[in-house]
Amino acid sequence: MIAALTLLLVCQLVGEVAARALGLPLPGPVLGMILLAVGLLARGGDPPAELAAVADGLLRNLGLLFVPASVGVVLHLDLLARAAAPIALAVLAGTLAAIGFTGLLTARLLRARGGRDAT
Amino acid sequence: MRPELTELWVYLAASPLAALTVTLAAWLGAVRLHAALRGSALVNPVLVAALLLVALLLVSGIEYRAYFEGAQFVHFLLGPATVALAVPLVRQWRLLRASGPALAIALVSGSVFASASAVAIGWAFGADRAVLATLAPKATTTPVAMGIAEQIGGIPSLTAVVVILSGIAGATLGPVLLSLLRVQDWRARGFAVGLAAHGIGTARAISVNETAGAFAALAMGLNALATALLLPLVWALAER
Repeated sequence: MIAALTLLLVCQLVGEVAARALGLPLPGPVLGMILLAVGLLARGGDPPAELAAVADGLLRNLGLLFVPASVGVVLHLDLLARAAAPIALAVLAGTLAAIGFTGLLTARLLRARGGRDAT
Repeated sequence: MRPELTELWVYLAASPLAALTVTLAAWLGAVRLHAALRGSALVNPVLVAALLLVALLLVSGIEYRAYFEGAQFVHFLLGPATVALAVPLVRQWRLLRASGPALAIALVSGSVFASASAVAIGWAFGADRAVLATLAPKATTTPVAMGIAEQIGGIPSLTAVVVILSGIAGATLGPVLLSLLRVQDWRARGFAVGLAAHGIGTARAISVNETAGAFAALAMGLNALATALLLPLVWALAER
């Protein structure tokens, strides 16, 4: 378990350093995710069992990890006072419109290419 | 307060134990409620747990900064967990690669649509320029969105608030909307939620279906990149 956690941290660390050193417009963890994926694909086959177990454990509770930051946001809603109505509408209607648009478009494009429907 | 109680209070306030315990307990409660209501997207555990903790902080008068001192250990795990998204990506790689061209078109269109719709709605309801620049990158993950907002003249701290609220809104209502629109393909559902509601949307997708989770993780990563590259350019052109 420690080896797998260390691997995740090393990828994140390399991602952070690379993002800063090269001025890349991506956060370190996202770069670390790409790095690990490329490494695993280059190795071929499924991810090793130990890494898979740690990753699945973390990801099963991914939502939990957003809770502390979300609490901070809800307590700082006064920032929204600057333009409460447009922000609330853009957040709610804008996000839903983007999800609806992207979902319909992606489904149509995937169907048009005759790909296997993974429902 | 009696002296021994004061001492206890001082201990609890200085150690992460209390903050970690209430965070995990609130999350467990939220997950149980979610399961009891047959997994309805409307009782999103992130939203429910955050509301429980906000209520606790408001009632007890504990400052957020003191709470976060302890809760930051949970927050820290977001980094390695984001890296861990590589595992479902690799497992679903054949399906992802087969969908490549479709996803490329969906990514660019979806990314532009997400920014444009946010700016259009904000503009229609009279938001000023700084608020519009704050709203434009809201579909991407927090650090990227804050960086872009700063670059194009937005307010980074407000961006952080807007990004998380968008994630919660997308994760809570997005799946309901997609069902109404009869988008049943897990690939499309995941991709849409990851693109517009970043990590919080991805967390929801991965808890429902691994294919959806992998497509959401990919969409989150790619949209961070696409928005960071496209938005400042489009913004500069539009301002001319």
